[in-house]
Amino acid sequence: MARKILAVAMLCLCGATVALAQSALDQRKALMRTQGQATGPVGRMLSGAEPFDMAKAQTALDAYLNTTRQFRDLFPPGSDQGQTRALPAIFENRDAFNAAVAKFEADATAAKAAIKDEATFKSEMPKVLANCNSCHTTYRRPQQ
Amino acid sequence: MGRFLQGLFWLAVIAAALFWIVTSPQLFAAVYGRIYKFGGQADLDNGKTIFWVGGCASCHATPNQEDRTRLGGGAPLPSPFGKFYPPNISPHPRDGIGAWSVEDFARAMTQGVSPDGRHYYPAFPYASYERMAENDLRDLFAFIRTLPAVEGRTRDHDLPFPYNVRRTLGLWKWLYLAQDAVAVAAPSAGPERGKYLVEGPGHCAECHSPRNFLGGIVAGMRFTGGPDPEGKGTIPNITQHENGIRDYSAQDIATILSTGLKPDGDSVGGGMGLAVRSLSQAPKADVEAMANYVKSLPPAAGSR
Repeated sequence: MARKILAVAMLCLCGATVALAQSALDQRKALMRTQGQATGPVGRMLSGAEPFDMAKAQTALDAYLNTTRQFRDLFPPGSDQGQTRALPAIFENRDAFNAAVAKFEADATAAKAAIKDEATFKSEMPKVLANCNSCHTTYRRPQQ
Repeated sequence: MGRFLQGLFWLAVIAAALFWIVTSPQLFAAVYGRIYKFGGQADLDNGKTIFWVGGCASCHATPNQEDRTRLGGGAPLPSPFGKFYPPNISPHPRDGIGAWSVEDFARAMTQGVSPDGRHYYPAFPYASYERMAENDLRDLFAFIRTLPAVEGRTRDHDLPFPYNVRRTLGLWKWLYLAQDAVAVAAPSAGPERGKYLVEGPGHCAECHSPRNFLGGIVAGMRFTGGPDPEGKGTIPNITQHENGIRDYSAQDIATILSTGLKPDGDSVGGGMGLAVRSLSQAPKADVEAMANYVKSLPPAAGSR
């Protein structure tokens, strides 16, 4: 009887770990997707394809800060398995990854304070967007 | 048996001599006969533009630090032929190119030859840089000489046999360098400028084209992408085919080049992330010209 309970407990623990990893995967993908949707207009406003709209710029910055607040906790052990483009570099050098997220957070925070009009948007937003490239270069597997 | 072996020996000697002659950098230079005059004053603003469009920092910037003008080299570049370590090209007189003349620089960039007469590996994209105009070479060299001198030589490339036999590149060059005549000054505006920037200093086709087993670009499939030579994933087709970027406008392409943002709000990564770090510093008009040229590339299916 004791062995049965132990077996069931172990199964639950394994299941919980898998579920936790899966839930982390889903959450971080959702954050990135929301962020991406908010960034579409940012790209168009920067290139002049769309007129500047302060609300859209702020929405994007809020999305970035929402991401950075949660992102460092969404890469638990085991979450490099399954449907993910997260590269081993995240797990092998956790400090560097956390520092990269912290830099993104700092840049977005600074931009939120600094961007007041189209001119400051055009000068300050690219600094925030540089974080997209640098993380995706090191930490995300390219499209197959 | 003795006569046979003797014959084989002399055959080997003759073959080695022929190989040595055919792969000679001096022979290559003599046959193609490019002579640069390098008149006039260097234009450092143009040099800076070419530096960013040419993406020198993407391969040669010292890794693990933020200053893209510190060109100490050493960041490993994996490839199907082994691992390359781009050299120090800072103006350091001993460890970099500080002791070079502008002619040395031009020969390196357009013929892939070092000042002491050795071939460079075409991982250094001289097959594209060979199209660069004289003034751009002069200006780029002058600009690099204003950058910080970085101490330290990099390690040798890590290549298995036979790729570590540098001399064989002499054969590669006969096959894959065109050495067409180049102008003194690059086109300054219009579609010609876009084409010049993309095919020359931009060297976009070097990554965005499939390569054969010799490492040359597969004829007729330029810009159709292929497996990433660095080993991770696929490099996109950037022609106007449905397998390519037909649905991107020239504006979309310019946005990608200068910010890395795709129309769906996603950001490019991998090697293109590095390219954007350089291109984001280039003048807007030039990036737009490059985007217009890429938008004009005729549709080609590629291998997918």
